[in-house]
Amino acid sequence: MGNHPHAAPIRPADSVGTETPEGARAHARGQAGTVVEHMPTLPASDYASAPPDVDPARLVWAERVAGGGYTHRRVAAGTTIRLHDLEGDACAHLLLFRDGQPWERLNVADTIKLQWQAYLGAGQLFLSDQGRVLASIVSDTSGRHDVLCGASSRQRNEHRYGAGGAATPSPAGRELLLVAAAKHGLGPRDLPPSLSFFKGVRVDAGSGALRWTGSEGTPTVVELRAELPLLVLVANTAHPLDPRSQWACGSLEVLAWSGRPTERGSWPASASPEAERAFLNNYEDLVARSTADGSIGPWDTDTVGHP
Amino acid sequence: MMALRDDIVAARAPWSGVVPAGGTLEVIDLEGNQAVDCLFYLADNTTERYSAPETLTWQGSIYLGVGSVLRSDTGRPLLTVIADGVGRHDTLGGACSKESNTVRYGHHTRGQHACVENFLAEGAQWGLGKRDLVSNINWFMNVPVEESGTLGIVDGISAPGLSVTLLAHEDVLTLISNCPQINNPCNGFNPTPVRVVVGSP
Repeated sequence: MGNHPHAAPIRPADSVGTETPEGARAHARGQAGTVVEHMPTLPASDYASAPPDVDPARLVWAERVAGGGYTHRRVAAGTTIRLHDLEGDACAHLLLFRDGQPWERLNVADTIKLQWQAYLGAGQLFLSDQGRVLASIVSDTSGRHDVLCGASSRQRNEHRYGAGGAATPSPAGRELLLVAAAKHGLGPRDLPPSLSFFKGVRVDAGSGALRWTGSEGTPTVVELRAELPLLVLVANTAHPLDPRSQWACGSLEVLAWSGRPTERGSWPASASPEAERAFLNNYEDLVARSTADGSIGPWDTDTVGHP
Repeated sequence: MMALRDDIVAARAPWSGVVPAGGTLEVIDLEGNQAVDCLFYLADNTTERYSAPETLTWQGSIYLGVGSVLRSDTGRPLLTVIADGVGRHDTLGGACSKESNTVRYGHHTRGQHACVENFLAEGAQWGLGKRDLVSNINWFMNVPVEESGTLGIVDGISAPGLSVTLLAHEDVLTLISNCPQINNPCNGFNPTPVRVVVGSP
């Protein structure tokens, strides 16, 4: 179970006494180098399983998140975040905040309303409440995602599975996101409705009923590009509408590498008039924060590419 | 039942008030097809608030009507719809803002009034700020979702005098923006007054 909250304790070998601080230190240090299935790799460039199209030297984040686990990271604008549903049964719940000013954050209502589209796919944008693009979906082999049902509450998981706390065997998505948010000084007020990847939901066009479409069934990959500096919270746990009576969730791989935000006029900024204007709102804000020579840019790259 | 509040909310204006547990909230669409943006908070702990995803997940549908239980982000039932003359109300479209208007319609709309302005100004009286704004309910607003996922705010199905009534299960702070939007059909391109009645337990 790797680093799952219920991993077995590592007991000292008989030869290592832990009666003294020296012995306890030797025992603690003796654990170094242990590799488990679910863990971050530091530095990320040491990640041994990078896909062929990703240069490991460019990785800034490499982590395998167990079903029931969570992670979080601050990333620069232009960073590509690749989420990989390793076994075809992950469910990655995400919240996106503008790094350093978290009152600007994912707004799922604006995301679907402004793009006239309730379902996610390549080219769709995640919009903030300020009419700006937090992230764009640059590729997607799954097509099974959801921005309507959010992450489950503790009460719902207690009702469904008997337990829902963050460190239980059936953690509610919102409980995990609350803990991740707290590590950045954020509280319940800061958590808007979240999005989720790898488990699909559709709306019946007549009745409005929600229909579970679930996983694509095989390992799939979604790639996001951060269009602004972001704080990203990720909870990997069962979708609230998952019909199985037993809680279940597969492993998630998270990889990220630095790059540049979408340039004006290029896809997906060019995909629709709404996308064009949302990116204009980004550029206006980023350029206003940059020095004239681009030496102090908000994109954390060598030079600010004034669009 | 006695009316604790019986207010006409002017076109484009906000409204707020506490509906006591066991009391009712009735919103009346006086002239027809007037979107009423609405958020709910626990009156004694506003960090717990209406959650669209939680509400949708438990009821298994995106529309609100009689029997819909409006839940908080912890799953707690806040209110139940007990009467409704319209049949369905929107949970997906959220509130209009000056910022989202620039994306939807163009930067010429930046100066126009919007629901988020109402929510921020009215919410400030209760200690609420931007962090407290989440996906809201739009009473009397019609947002169909097609099979392809295409969705949009379209011509309303409400009519003059139709109303929706909710029973509160907790003391619930209610924040309303009588929507000032003039760039889509949610108000029939003509924002009009609505009436809000709070009934005692």
